[in-house]
Order: sequence, then structure tokens, then C-alpha cells
Amino acid sequence: MSGSALRRVGAIMLRHLYILRGSWPRVLEMAYWPAINMTLWGFTSQFFVTHSSWVAQTGGILIGAVVLWDVMFRGNLGVALSFMEEMWSRNLGHLSVSPLRPHELMAGMLGMSLVRTTIGVLPAALLAIPMYHYSLFSMGLPLLTFWLNLMISGWAIGLGVSALVLRFGLGAESMAWVLIFALAPLAGIYYPISTLPSWLQPLAWSLPPAYVFEGMRAVMQGKGLDGHLLAGAVGLNIVYVSAAALIFLRVHHIARKRGLLLNVGE
Amino acid sequence: MIDAAIHVEKLSKSFAGQPAVDAISFSVATGSTTALLGGNGAGKTTTISMLLGLLLPDSGTIRVLGEDMVKHRYRVLPRVNFSSPYVELPHRLSVRENLTVYGHLYGVSKLKQRIAQLAEELELIDFLDRASGRLSAGQKTRVAIAKAMLNQPELLLLDEPTASLDPDTADWVRGYFRAYQQRSGATILLASHNMAEVERLCDQVVMMKQGGIVDAGSPAQLRERYGRNDLEQVFLDIARNRRLPHGAA
Repeated sequence: MSGSALRRVGAIMLRHLYILRGSWPRVLEMAYWPAINMTLWGFTSQFFVTHSSWVAQTGGILIGAVVLWDVMFRGNLGVALSFMEEMWSRNLGHLSVSPLRPHELMAGMLGMSLVRTTIGVLPAALLAIPMYHYSLFSMGLPLLTFWLNLMISGWAIGLGVSALVLRFGLGAESMAWVLIFALAPLAGIYYPISTLPSWLQPLAWSLPPAYVFEGMRAVMQGKGLDGHLLAGAVGLNIVYVSAAALIFLRVHHIARKRGLLLNVGE
Repeated sequence: MIDAAIHVEKLSKSFAGQPAVDAISFSVATGSTTALLGGNGAGKTTTISMLLGLLLPDSGTIRVLGEDMVKHRYRVLPRVNFSSPYVELPHRLSVRENLTVYGHLYGVSKLKQRIAQLAEELELIDFLDRASGRLSAGQKTRVAIAKAMLNQPELLLLDEPTASLDPDTADWVRGYFRAYQQRSGATILLASHNMAEVERLCDQVVMMKQGGIVDAGSPAQLRERYGRNDLEQVFLDIARNRRLPHGAA
């Protein structure tokens, strides 16, 4: 990416950072739900520790799962909300006649997703330390690979949702919140994939988060980072995020053909 | 067409089978101010959208500042800008923030100085740090013009630039564009319903109706051709099919 392209990507991020800077309730809201989720699952985890031998063996497994699931959820929202913000504010027309390329807009949205996810999830992860004496960071380097993989999975969904919103209008905006939950039962967030019926397991293994959450449990059970699981997650993420990016760019092109960029907004 | 800032050849666009722009051809000379004039649904906004690359044509060619706009729009866009009262800037950002973001997008060097200069020229200083959504219609128009002027465009496309402005502000805006055009030698293409504005600002007028070009010429030529005293009467003649140009069959 050239220097001028980076500057344009930075401009898109700056535009969204200005919004965050000017609205502390928005920043608070970003951190609020992950913290509430973590608190809820933290107490549930404490209960299970005394009633379940499986959870007792790996303290914090539910907390780790819920925090990492939020990475994927927030990764998705970070992309989709950045795009929808442009539609809500009727700014897509101005952006589309500026020198900003569609892939630079996309890169700016992904960059903002990284910022939003960090603002949203990091406080929950830190809060778990004093509340439940559990540090997600004790996983060490594998945590970084899990975090990145789940965020990229979230990006793929977020780009898909953005393409849907561009193609079908803001009537499709609820997809940003609901689509990802269709994947949750298959992701093996709180249970091993082997728990699923055998006919569902191949579907689960076609999704990157299944590999990540299996890998997370392996690390927390002291088995170390499983290279095969990591490779599976990385490989599938490359496929899905590339496909989502191509779909977004294709829909952007269709939008230019059909005049969908002309009258966007609430 | 070396001296044409815009050269359009047989440009067409349909929506759901209905032609919005139908095989139009026209040129805009470099350094001139040209108006696209026509009633609602004449195809002005569709034409401007295609000139900006916001909309892909079904057929025909568009050359802007010497480049094929369909194939190489990103070579052209840094040298072009656009303003319309119907396309607003993000409401939650302050005027300064909006101008900063767009300044970066257009690669404006010495951006802070440029914003300060525009704030002075366009009298934005009092509300530079106010949210754009909290401005009056006149203030919003001045901010939109500032955004359009950030990169000192060689080609400026304006969609009804003085719509919703009071006569005093509208006159000031027209004066600003005229001064910019004379100072920079930029080309201006505007779509407007305001005949007085077109008469004051424009060297050439392209009259559009139902997606086609029905006539073109300088305001004086059009007045003479239709035997009318002002462009408004010419516009009404064309809109209502009242008479053919003198000498036409």
C-alpha cells in the first residue's frame, strides 16, 4: 500500500475516532456488554468449578471462552458499524467521489474494528483478574493467535454484512447483530465440537472459530498450542476473509452500476 | 477535443428499463462555466453522477481532464471536487474535523493552513468547532463549498449550489465561485434550476429534457434563438414544447 493510500485509510479511521472522541457514552457502551458478559460467565464459572469436574480442571475456561467470543462479535460489529455509520450519515456519496478506493475504505473499517474490539474487550479481560483471579493473558503467545484469528473471522462476517447493507439498504442492518449468532452453536465456544451431533460436526469444522476454541481449551488444559488447529483456523480465515472482501468489492461495483451509492441513508 | 475539460460521447443510462440519460454528447471547454439545465427528471443529476464515477454508464464514453472516467477515475478524482446541498457531511463531526478528514482524503498539503484560509474566505471561523449537524442551511452550504475547495480543484461539479439559500447568501456564493474560476482558471459544471444564477455564472448552457439534450449554447445565443428576454422563458418554452428555435424545422 502506497503512502497516499495509507493516508486515506488513516483518514477513514480518523473520521471514526473523532466520533468516539466526541461521545464517551459510545466508548462506555463498547466496553459495557463484554464486561457484563464476562461477569455473568465468571459467576457461572465459579459455580461450575464446585459442581463440574471438567470445569474444575481448567479454571477460567468459560471466562476465556466468553471474552474470546466477544473478540469475534466485536470484530464483526467494528466493521459493520463503521460502514453503517457512513450510510446513516449519508456520507457514502462524498466518500465515493473522493480519491478513496473501495479497498481503502475496507482497510479503514478493519482498522477501526481493531480499535473498537480492543476498547471493548480489553477492559473485560483485565476486570477478570481482580474479580475471578483469572488472567486471560496467562495463555501467553497463543492468546495473540486466538485473538487475531477470531477478529479476522469477525471481519469476514462484518464485510459480508456491509455488502448486504450496501446491496439491500439499511433494512438489512440487523444482520450485524444477528448473523454471527447463527454460527455460535457451531463454534464450540463453551463445549468441544465432539458434543455436537455427528452430522453437524463437519459443518463446525468448516468454521475457523471451532479450531480456535478447541485450541484455547487445549492450551488451558496444559496441552500447548496445537499447530494443526492453528493451521486450520488460519487457512479457513484466509479463505473466508478473502471471499468476504471480494464480495464487498463486487457489491460496491454493482452499487455503482445500479445507482445505490446515490441515495443512501436513513 | 484537447481543450475540453469534459467530453461526453453517446452517454446512456437506464434504470429498470427506463432511460434516465439517453445517448447524450457534449463538451465543456477548459476554464469555462457550463450549466446543465432542465426540469426534474431531465437527467442532470444522473449525468453529474456519471461524470464523477459514482454511477457507471450503460454505454458511451466520458473523458474528464483528459482521462477515461470509467477506466481511470482515480487519476482524475484528486483534481476534481463536488458540492451539493443534498449530500451532507457527517453531522456528528465538527466542521474542522470534517475538513481535516477530507483534506487527508484529497492529499492536501499544509492542511491546517488550508483550512484556516478557507475558514477565513468562506467566513467559517465562528462555527469551525461546531458539529456540522447543528449548522443553519446557509452555514452548511458554506462548509460544503469549503470541502469542495480543499484540493483547489481543476474541475468543480456543483449540484444546485445555491438551493435553500437566501438571496443575499446565494449571491455571495455565486460571487465566490466566479472569483475562484477567474483566479484559478478552473472549469465549473453546475446543475441548476435557478435561471438568474445560470445567466450570471455560465458561459454555456446545456438544456436537458427527458434524458436527452435538446439545445445548447451561450445564454445570449439561447435567448436569441428562442426570441426571449431571459433564460427562464427559454426554459419554459422547452419544458412545455411551446415553440421551436428560430430557423428550426
